[in-house]
Amino acid sequence: MTPDLQAGPATKSPGGTATDQLVDHFFRHESAKLVALLTRVFGLHHLDLAEDVVQSAMLQALETWKFKGPPKDPAAWVYRVARNRALDVLRRRSTADKYAPDVAWLEAARGQGQPLDELVLDTEVHDSQLRMIFACCDRELPPASQIALALKILCGFSVAEIARALLVSESSVKKRLYRAKQQLTARPNAFDVPDGDALADRLDSVHNVLYLLFNEGYNSQHPDELIRRDLCEEAVRLCHQLSEHAVCCSPATRALMALMLLHAARFDARLDSDGGILLLEDQDRARWQRPLIAKGLAYLDASAEGDTLTHYHLEAGIAAQHCLAPSFDRTDWPAILGLYDQLLRIHPSPVGELNRAIVVAQIDGPQAGIEAIENAASLRHLGHYHLLDATLGELHLRSGNCDRARAYFESASSKTRSLSERRLLVRKVHACNVPAILAG
Amino acid sequence: MAGFLFLFRGGLMHNEEEGSPEAMQQHMVKWQHWIADMTRKEIYVAGEPLHDTGKFVSSGGVVSDGPFPEAKEMVAGYIAINVATMDEATEVAKDCPIYEYDGVVEVREILAETSEAVEQAVEQELAVS
Repeated sequence: MTPDLQAGPATKSPGGTATDQLVDHFFRHESAKLVALLTRVFGLHHLDLAEDVVQSAMLQALETWKFKGPPKDPAAWVYRVARNRALDVLRRRSTADKYAPDVAWLEAARGQGQPLDELVLDTEVHDSQLRMIFACCDRELPPASQIALALKILCGFSVAEIARALLVSESSVKKRLYRAKQQLTARPNAFDVPDGDALADRLDSVHNVLYLLFNEGYNSQHPDELIRRDLCEEAVRLCHQLSEHAVCCSPATRALMALMLLHAARFDARLDSDGGILLLEDQDRARWQRPLIAKGLAYLDASAEGDTLTHYHLEAGIAAQHCLAPSFDRTDWPAILGLYDQLLRIHPSPVGELNRAIVVAQIDGPQAGIEAIENAASLRHLGHYHLLDATLGELHLRSGNCDRARAYFESASSKTRSLSERRLLVRKVHACNVPAILAG
Repeated sequence: MAGFLFLFRGGLMHNEEEGSPEAMQQHMVKWQHWIADMTRKEIYVAGEPLHDTGKFVSSGGVVSDGPFPEAKEMVAGYIAINVATMDEATEVAKDCPIYEYDGVVEVREILAETSEAVEQAVEQELAVS
């Protein structure tokens, strides 16, 4: 089972008469599985056709189940309907002989009276989903397209839902998807599971997309927490699929899984009851989800294999340090600083530099943190980044420079779209005013 | 207690956006809640969807395919419930999720006189005469 990121006891809906419950996101996830499966039959160049067939099978499921609840095995039900629809489509089109081999394949499976669950073996489902993951996370595509494609094909999101999730217009999502599909279908081997060296290379690209997808949910400035959680859950689900596969379960895959789980464990604790952001320092650690932390740590352990050290390992290591600290004050900052130093060596990034500076401030005081920021060349190009200003504001506030702190907080507030971030920053600006009032 | 039939017309998801998998999920869960609610009150008897095509048979064994009403006028399915009055039945129907997608519910009482009721009526008539 994919680790459940939902907080608290699962809130399942009470169901119909003698019916089984639909799991959360049943339609979304089954759609994605079926599209992958049918794409194996139709070929990647007919991705749209597979999507259409699946869409209509799902609609039929809904129309059938409304009045009496879903059947005992809803997944098998939709498989059967989708397969029959696929056969209809193929037969209609096979007059052009284009699909003759595919029809033969499906017909043969049916002709021998094979039960459905033999036709779609679990391994076959996994395999086709894996192929689809590799196809969508193709480094020839721009990252923004990979994410849109992953959400559409791997996660079953609609265009409007993708647009809402990524805070872009529907028409730009449509454009991205259209171009991405065109590029994909033009590549003959896009739908293969690569092997050998090619696997390592393509796997890198898959990790990157899943990492971006997770970050999109975890760190985005999206006003809607539900959407953000959805994106994180999807990234974890897909990464879990990779980790279940013998060849794809590399140390990097496990490290990425660890990284996601160790962050996801703290998802709920980041917000107060009014939806305001709580900084690590102020979070109630009792609200961190211990089972997720335990799973994350287990993946991190398992990722320490061979001599691979990726930035996922180091980022997961940092997250683990935070998760293991009994309190903010008792965090092992020097250990975290060491991990950041390593991280910046193999994976330099402005955001990494900024986070390192925050750690430096924890160890050597706010002034040292400010100097670390001023000395980091990469941060000079980060003028638009609100967290840079917010961090400088915080460090100046701690050093007693209230005027500079206020200016930074105000600047940060003007650069973020997130309501809860803005609220936090306004609180900070007020905090800057307090000493002034006391002094006056 | 009397039998009532809900006949459902329309309420279908059409275009891609209406029918996104997550929208389907949310809509389906509402139907499940509604049915669960009727089940809990022990008034739900049965429900089935109907195929979206059919035949007309008229005198002389004439079988025809149409004319079909538009999708929104077709009966898409039915649910049978047991409540005491038409008012109760319509109250239950008001909670149906079908209206989200422009569907309607026709509520009809099933005229099924029990043999007991018939006997009572006959006795009453005999008593009067």
